[in-house]
Amino acid sequence: MRKRTLVGFAAAGIALAVTLTSCSSSAEAGDTEAHATATSAEDFGGFDALVEAAQAEGELNVIALPDTWANYGAIIEGFEEEYGITVNSDSPDVSSAEEITAAENLKGQDGAPDVFDLGSAVALTSTDYFAPYQVQTWEDIPAEYKDETGLWVYDYTGLMSIGYDADAVPAPESLDDLLGADYAGKVAINGDPTQAGAAAAAVQYAALQGEGSADDIQPGVDFFAELNAAGNFLPLDPTPATIASGETPVVFDWSYNNLAEQAANDGVRDWQVTVLPGVTLGSYYNQAVNVDAPHPAAARLWQEWIFSDTVQNLYLEAGAYPVRLAAMIEAGTVDQDALDAVGEPSEDLVQLTAEQTEAASALLAEQWAAAIS
Amino acid sequence: MTARRSGGRGWALLGLTPFSAYVVLFLAVPTVLALGTGFFDGDGALTLDNLTGLLEPAVLRSFADLLWLSGLTAVVGAIAGALICFALLGTREDGWLRTGISAASGVLAQFGGVMLAFAFIALIGIQGLLTQWLLRTFEVDIYEGGVWLYQVPGLILPYLYFQIPLMVITFMPAMSGLKPQWAEASATLGGTGAVFWWRIGFPVLAPSFLGSLLLLFANAFSSYGTAAALVSQGAPIVPLQVRAALISETVLGRENMAGALAIGMIVVMVVLMTAYSALQSRAERWMR
Repeated sequence: MRKRTLVGFAAAGIALAVTLTSCSSSAEAGDTEAHATATSAEDFGGFDALVEAAQAEGELNVIALPDTWANYGAIIEGFEEEYGITVNSDSPDVSSAEEITAAENLKGQDGAPDVFDLGSAVALTSTDYFAPYQVQTWEDIPAEYKDETGLWVYDYTGLMSIGYDADAVPAPESLDDLLGADYAGKVAINGDPTQAGAAAAAVQYAALQGEGSADDIQPGVDFFAELNAAGNFLPLDPTPATIASGETPVVFDWSYNNLAEQAANDGVRDWQVTVLPGVTLGSYYNQAVNVDAPHPAAARLWQEWIFSDTVQNLYLEAGAYPVRLAAMIEAGTVDQDALDAVGEPSEDLVQLTAEQTEAASALLAEQWAAAIS
Repeated sequence: MTARRSGGRGWALLGLTPFSAYVVLFLAVPTVLALGTGFFDGDGALTLDNLTGLLEPAVLRSFADLLWLSGLTAVVGAIAGALICFALLGTREDGWLRTGISAASGVLAQFGGVMLAFAFIALIGIQGLLTQWLLRTFEVDIYEGGVWLYQVPGLILPYLYFQIPLMVITFMPAMSGLKPQWAEASATLGGTGAVFWWRIGFPVLAPSFLGSLLLLFANAFSSYGTAAALVSQGAPIVPLQVRAALISETVLGRENMAGALAIGMIVVMVVLMTAYSALQSRAERWMR
């Protein structure tokens, strides 16, 4: 889901992981085919039967889920504890596009990913790789937030935010603040926007905060060109390590990532997170089941787990807004402490449509390299 | 006699087979496959879009930046390396200094990629030892005008770090091939040191110097790991454009552009090799 620089290493990691996991046993044969076409828990004969089938498979392969991303460490651990199924988490730092590549390259092998966690742009163009599945909490998810058959489903979104080391820089109150001398060589975004969704969102956010709109992100590109000309743009891909070491004192990223850094750097750095007043930007990540999942029942049980109250609250705890939030607030099943800490979702939340994202990406492909060189 | 000779040739061909098979399987086939993708779109239909994509301003700029980066580090590396070789001529051939330097060069020439990038980040990163020391002791901020380590100029130092040792190991044999008798002969005939180098030293060394220079250029031209670990923004050089085309999650459907970029890189190398062989045959003319 997140783009990282060391592709070769990621690929090697995937290859290694395949070699390793292929040594372990895969799902029992027999019902595998039926499991692979099941579109709901009923198709298994109820939720308990689904759990049983998944436990018989014993394993689940996930990909691109960093432990520090939206609480995935706790979510994976919880799944293992609740159902006694081993989760093999491979290549946590690869991009959404690489998830699909891994599914293609590893097709038919035990180490192939069972489930995906994808940015919307990749999800919408990769539906051939997905198997439709509707979770038990399907009705809670607004219709425009899911594919009608359940090929992909919106899961959680953050808000674009600015994380900063309060000991190194003053609190930014507007985008223009970042152009000042206090921020010389200090402002980074999470990856290259022509490659990574979170970084592209940072540019879109700059556009929305300035003169631009979801249809016109040119002012966002211009802002970063200006930031670069001022010597304030830091062309470095921030990681938990660069934040801890102080290499990247100001980082545009999704709120759940910045909040995770705040928790991780407790006592080391005074990492503060701010969402600027005015328009906010969100972008849902999607869940999908690999149509060729080596553990089809476990993959479907993972979906049930992901969209359960427990996990939706875990996302919220990490600062991400889960897709069932409205329904959970109504039903009173929401983790109120977490909601209070994160704040009610903004009224002024903008999400780019698929077409707008595509147009924004095309503009970035054309202009980004020149803007920051 | 004839029969024996043709029999010998059969054996010779057989002996060549493992190597040929290896080259075909692990060099030729992957190259052809990779280049081939440049001519197809995502659905497998023939297209020239990827090739015309090479003319996009961002791609052209990445070629230009890669050319000057490779050229600069090759020329500086070659000259610095040659000077080190020259200095080593004054040491004993089996002495600890020369063997030590050539052993170290052998290691450092291969010291690239993530390790090298990390070494430079630790030394001259924003929180690097040297950066902070300069800042605290002399109040000199090497990043006053912006953080250049993570952009193309930041690649010059790391690239030189492996280019110079590579020059030393490839050029040292030629340098030590300069016979002392030639210098003595030149001196006997009244030649000065400058005359020796101008009339004898440089012409003798020119072919291997040019060869080493080309090797250094190709080495920087195709280098990926170091740049990938250091530069994360803007894909400013071609190998990083290849990465962007393959893994982008925002600009989709450009995977086959990577093949076209590879074609572009090969074209550049072919042009250079042609120019090199023309130059080489001129440089070697006196030897015939």
